[in-house]
Amino acid sequence: MSSPRLSLRRLWAIVLKEFIQMKRDRVTFGMMVGIPLMQLMMFGFAINSDPRHLPTAVHVADTGPFGRTLVQALRTSDYFEVVHEAESEADTQRLLQLGDVQFVVNIPVDFSRRLLRGERPVVLIEADASDPAATGPALSAVSKLANTVFNRDLAGPLARLHAKDGPVDFRIHAHYNPENITQFNVVPGLMGVVLTMTMVVITALAITRERERGTMENLLATPVRPFEVMVGKILPYIAVGYIQVTLILITAHFLFHVPMLGSLPLLYAVSLLFIAANLAVGITFSTLAQNQLQAVQLAFFFFLPSILLSGFMFPFRGMPHWAQNVGACLPNTHFLRIVRGILLKGNGLAEIAPELWPLLLFVVVAMTVGVKRYRQTLD
Amino acid sequence: MKGTEFAIDVTGVTKRFDEKIVVNAIDLQVRRGEIYGFLGPNGSGKTTFIRMLCGLLTPDAGTGTCLGYDVRTQQADIKRHVGYMTQKFSYYEDLSIRENLDFIARIYAVPDRRAAVERSLVRLGLANRSHQLAGQLSGGWKQRLALAACLIHSPQLLLLDEPTAGVDPKARREFWDELHQLASDGLTVLITTHYMDEAERCHRLAYLAYGNLLARGTLAEVLASAALFTWRVTGPDLRTLATALRGRAGVEQVTAFGNTLHVSGHDAAMLEAAIASVRDARHTWQRIPAGLEDAFIGLMDSAKDNFA
Repeated sequence: MSSPRLSLRRLWAIVLKEFIQMKRDRVTFGMMVGIPLMQLMMFGFAINSDPRHLPTAVHVADTGPFGRTLVQALRTSDYFEVVHEAESEADTQRLLQLGDVQFVVNIPVDFSRRLLRGERPVVLIEADASDPAATGPALSAVSKLANTVFNRDLAGPLARLHAKDGPVDFRIHAHYNPENITQFNVVPGLMGVVLTMTMVVITALAITRERERGTMENLLATPVRPFEVMVGKILPYIAVGYIQVTLILITAHFLFHVPMLGSLPLLYAVSLLFIAANLAVGITFSTLAQNQLQAVQLAFFFFLPSILLSGFMFPFRGMPHWAQNVGACLPNTHFLRIVRGILLKGNGLAEIAPELWPLLLFVVVAMTVGVKRYRQTLD
Repeated sequence: MKGTEFAIDVTGVTKRFDEKIVVNAIDLQVRRGEIYGFLGPNGSGKTTFIRMLCGLLTPDAGTGTCLGYDVRTQQADIKRHVGYMTQKFSYYEDLSIRENLDFIARIYAVPDRRAAVERSLVRLGLANRSHQLAGQLSGGWKQRLALAACLIHSPQLLLLDEPTAGVDPKARREFWDELHQLASDGLTVLITTHYMDEAERCHRLAYLAYGNLLARGTLAEVLASAALFTWRVTGPDLRTLATALRGRAGVEQVTAFGNTLHVSGHDAAMLEAAIASVRDARHTWQRIPAGLEDAFIGLMDSAKDNFA
């Protein structure tokens, strides 16, 4: 006789069975432990919305003592790390365009003399403001700095030089995204994120599905070569990737009015490399995953740092060195810089080259691992 | 295609998985145009052996040819001329019947593909279902589709791994009629099955257990090599009788078939002595020729002994 009431014994049978199955599926279990840990590490230690130690180039034309004092003050503020002393203006522009520095501080020729005369000399700070979140805190620190930097120098009879709005006039020139529009930074970045998400998941699924349903065995018993299977499965998704790129670009242009200064054909060409990188990751995951669920989980494992550590959501330079190193291994990090560089800065092939070779290296390594592992699954 | 008498001719074929021997030094010769039955309990290495024949796995030891091509080095040639039907339905459930056949025909680069697909649809009676998705087909129809797909490139050898599992008797009968038709046209068939009636429809048989080939030959030869003696008993209270017989020296199998009991053993004298000790007037005893199933179960039990 069956009882209509809730039976704890039956309930327990289900609970027990679930636990056994959970224990058997090692990958899923690993993910359940691994993903929270990963998130803790990334959100807890890596992500920082108040980025400091931002690479800065200074161009000191001033021969007097105060120019040096100012540079020293910038250094001690924690926000600026002077990595380069530029010889000329042109030099600094290039550093900014390449993304090697976040700021360029120009101290004019007669800075010290004009300061002493109480003329509030102008110090030009040029910022790569393509990511407003990265530059904002540092720039607000500058204005506070203005009041205090010369406190010690301007003592005694010079104290009169303390104007109400500071002895120095800091002029900030925000390049690439002068109005600090967050979308200009986020929307191009989305291209990398969307491609990472779909390309890795879809490839991993497409190959795992074939194995899970048993159709792979059938396929391999035909004259078709493993390489043909793999490439044949990937090609359609490259087309899908390009549709996504186009969709994002159209939306970025018409809806968000994101500037597109650089060459779109160049962007399309580089996208192929990035798509290939993600597909290679997908293939590697498909050889590790036993079923489609595991494939999705593995993809998520890759996706998470690709969003959080790549500079998409949070300023890359705000992260500690270990996190930057992890980020530097992810294709999305380099692709983001390329996309933002092409669209916002009008970068050409020469400027994006430093981001191109890590991407290429990643494709080669991932493809090798993927193909090798893929071969092993056959015999 | 090379002109040899045998479609399959292998010696000493061995496969290990993590030091566990799954297929142990098997010799097998299958003549062209023959339907060769491959029998044996689950996990006996039948599927692994077939995978080695069709080029999916490389044998760890042993040599031989399949359709005249070396099973170790010419796997690509073998794949072109062999049709392999996997145990589990392994075509695309989200493709229609026609799309599946068309896909396979493209993979094999079948000449005049459209016509070949059409012919195969008609031949297997799938023509008016050709737009149905494979996933919606019943077991019998799926099996017909799988057969059509592995015949589309006109292979010389069919390797069928339990093709009729879960298929109803009528469909199985039709399937076998089709196989015999194909064999008479010169196609060689190696088929694994658990059904004894199917085994009896093969030209020759081999029996595999725990990786070892225990018997082979025609039906009569396999039965003779099993050297099993069987008595059939009818009468009341067969359950008590079965309990009394089990475990007696000479009695190896006591199996109930409806209202009769089959009692078998390899040693005729000992078997008769055992029977004499329980025989009474209520039961009718009759010597019958050993059935294939009894013979195989006998082979399997003795194989287990060898491994113990």
